[in-house]
Amino acid sequence: MVVPSGRVHCESSAATVSEELRGQPGVVSAHADAKQHTVEVSYLADLVTVEQIAQWAETGSPRPGVAAVHPMSHTGTDLGPDMGTPHRASATRVATDADDGSAASAEADREYRSLMRRWWFAAAVGAPTMVLSYPWLIPGLRDWFPRGSDQLRGLWAVMGVFAFAVLAYSGSQFFTGAARALRARQANMHTLIALGTGVAWVYSTIAVIAPQIFPEESMSDVYYDVTVVVTALVVLGLALEVKARGRSSEAIRKLVGLQARTARVVRDGVEVDVPVGDVVVGDEIVVRPGEKIPVDGQVRTGSSAVDESMITGESMPVIKGRGDEVIGATLNTTGAFRMQATKVGADTALAQIVRLVQDAQASKVPIQRVVDVVSGYFTPAVMILSILGFVAWYDLGPSPALAYAIIVAVTTLIIACPCALGMATPMSLTTGVGKGAEHGILIRSGDALQVTSRLDTVVLDKTGTVTWGRPALTDIVPAGGWDGDELLELAASVDAVSEHPLATAIVAGARDRGLALTEAVDFEAVPGHGVRAKVGTRSVLVGNERLLAREGITIGDLATTWQRLADDGKTPMFVAVDGFLAGLVAVADTVKDGSVAAIAHLKAAGLQVAMLTGDNQRTADAIARLVGVDRVLAEVLPQDKADEIRKLQLEGRKVGMVGDGINDAPALTQADVGFAIGTGTDVAIEAADVTLISGSLEGVVTAVAISKATMRNVRQNLGGAFGYNVLGLPIALGLLYPLFGILLSPLLAAAAMSLSSLTVISNANRLRNWKPKDGSR
Amino acid sequence: MSISQILVSLAGVALVAFIVWFFWLKKEEGVAAALTSSGYQEATILVKGGYAPSTIRVQHGQPVRLTFRREETSPCSETVVLDAFGKSAHLPEGQLVPVEFLPKTPGEYGFTCGMGMLHGTVIVQ
Repeated sequence: MVVPSGRVHCESSAATVSEELRGQPGVVSAHADAKQHTVEVSYLADLVTVEQIAQWAETGSPRPGVAAVHPMSHTGTDLGPDMGTPHRASATRVATDADDGSAASAEADREYRSLMRRWWFAAAVGAPTMVLSYPWLIPGLRDWFPRGSDQLRGLWAVMGVFAFAVLAYSGSQFFTGAARALRARQANMHTLIALGTGVAWVYSTIAVIAPQIFPEESMSDVYYDVTVVVTALVVLGLALEVKARGRSSEAIRKLVGLQARTARVVRDGVEVDVPVGDVVVGDEIVVRPGEKIPVDGQVRTGSSAVDESMITGESMPVIKGRGDEVIGATLNTTGAFRMQATKVGADTALAQIVRLVQDAQASKVPIQRVVDVVSGYFTPAVMILSILGFVAWYDLGPSPALAYAIIVAVTTLIIACPCALGMATPMSLTTGVGKGAEHGILIRSGDALQVTSRLDTVVLDKTGTVTWGRPALTDIVPAGGWDGDELLELAASVDAVSEHPLATAIVAGARDRGLALTEAVDFEAVPGHGVRAKVGTRSVLVGNERLLAREGITIGDLATTWQRLADDGKTPMFVAVDGFLAGLVAVADTVKDGSVAAIAHLKAAGLQVAMLTGDNQRTADAIARLVGVDRVLAEVLPQDKADEIRKLQLEGRKVGMVGDGINDAPALTQADVGFAIGTGTDVAIEAADVTLISGSLEGVVTAVAISKATMRNVRQNLGGAFGYNVLGLPIALGLLYPLFGILLSPLLAAAAMSLSSLTVISNANRLRNWKPKDGSR
Repeated sequence: MSISQILVSLAGVALVAFIVWFFWLKKEEGVAAALTSSGYQEATILVKGGYAPSTIRVQHGQPVRLTFRREETSPCSETVVLDAFGKSAHLPEGQLVPVEFLPKTPGEYGFTCGMGMLHGTVIVQ
């Protein structure tokens, strides 16, 4: 964030103010800008407020209304209740503002261009060096520079100088990187490359300056080509890597790019365009057709269909009217409306999503921990292998032993690729988690991803997950010559007075059918029985058997229909008019569109699907039959849900629980993977390992499929990277030489090394093309 | 076996022994995090080819704030992962990035870059 400070006039006052601010609790860094008279401050949101910082910046004079505060690198931190627990990452995070993504990509871009410059220089030196290292092989040159001649030695000396320039410019990062690591007594890829190219250069230079110390002429050949070409290839590999890596974090950039830049806010009755960062909670915002909704909020007036696909992954636009929640960064289609901002800045759904995805991408897949242990030993082990190879070839190898020994040692250093090993899982994880976000699925960590891929049982909470969680009118069965619409009209007119949820469902059903309700009078609720009222001249009863019995009305044939509806898990109600039975209406919690298909897809993916509900067994069984779940856990009290999950786990199952994240929080936590069905703009659901923003069960299918695809990719990458090193190192050491006479050139080793890490990245990028398919496995 | 071969072999063995000692048998004292007025045990770690200091000593039961500053463009070190504490952070070049956690049980906990190439240790006492 940037605060204005009148005290910052010149460089020295800037330094003082920065210093002072840095000394305040909660301030992480402060950089004063003398030209702008501002201070850029990073702070911890839980320790200090914007107002305090602004005040400090202005010599302690209180400064009301710091309107000019622009969030720039606001560093919020949360030390939530999960603090210190190993698997729910809620890391300190930096800037989720729109600038962040582009800054990161600009950084990558600079890095790429710098690497490409280094590559071109190395390549330009490399081409003539390759040719001139072996002039006796080339007709024409052979006569100019005969082997062992002074001219050739002079030429090589010039090459040595150029090779040094390549090391110093193109390969500088390997040497500085290696030196820094050495200071920490660590070794990494830089160490290996620096050693390999450095050894080749030093050996060659000794051969040029003092050829007489070598017993044989062929031993005084130079390897400047190794130095230059290896550097060139590795630098090129790194450059391509930077490019490819950028693509894997594309998901975050896309998400950040979704944010609207400006909002049309009503201030003092006038509509003004303001930057989205200046919108505060409570602002009234005008959203016109085709515009992006700037922040999270609630519709006040007007209505429209909103395309939420970029956030929820659901392609159908959603109709929004007064009181409905709208999500920032979604797209208004044709209507216009006014909304009130409820969440801005880092609290918006989009900002939360970006944060969750970033955290998840930086987390670790459990397999990675094994890899970390291996790679901790890997680099020094390669150095040891290289030395052993050198000694073995020197002692046992063919003549010229020293030349072979040098080549083997250098090739071994170059071919080993700790990078491929290290990148194998993070690259796939980044891509997989990003892919999830694209489909409205937020996977919280690498752990969650790995366990999701291994689930064998999914438990669905019935209410709100499989069903809508609210009753709706399902059946109208007229009797005694009544017409269905007439029957419903009368029942609804009576129920319109009641506030019972079942009554509401009947009224809503009547309105949906376009029926006009008549005002009822003399309304009376008979507890445990039903309701009665007069509609016009008619006396209407809506209720159960007992109500009819009390009034002396006979039920007759309708009793079987009533039973059938009840068996289907519905709640049927009799309607009687003027003392005679007129029919019955039934309401039920209806199954969400797509639940049946999603459950079928889950089963097709080899998962057992169970449903958990507090309903009675009969209702539960009815819904279960309808949607096709394998197992029903009915009459489970809310507090016992977690126990039911534990029981399933004791059967040795890996259990995923799908619920709403609020009532089901303990069960979600108990499950191996908790899937929370998203509720509007609240996406950072604490208890959930996976949040399904769209609220559709199909999200579970997609989440399982994505995690399987990602884990498959991780295994391919790890297998490839381990395999490459396990095969490459023995070949480089010359183990094939005694049998087949095969010895690898260091140049090929450099190419192989670069290719191996590029392969890992390309394979991870393949995941970007992943698409959900129906009944995906 | 010629004299030179014997010498090369001996030198090789010596070098291997040196590498083992240098990279694997290091025992680090580490730097103790300082308790500041904010109630946090604080330490700043420079990220440049490695972590400096790479070993931080903290007391258990008190919140820790490690502030990372990455001073290189190499993308290898752009994330730091404190796996044992479930924390990770993206480190933009040149920015101070605090990572906070509460160490509950004494022990040695590693932290690494996103690819597990750079290593550091938090010793909880």
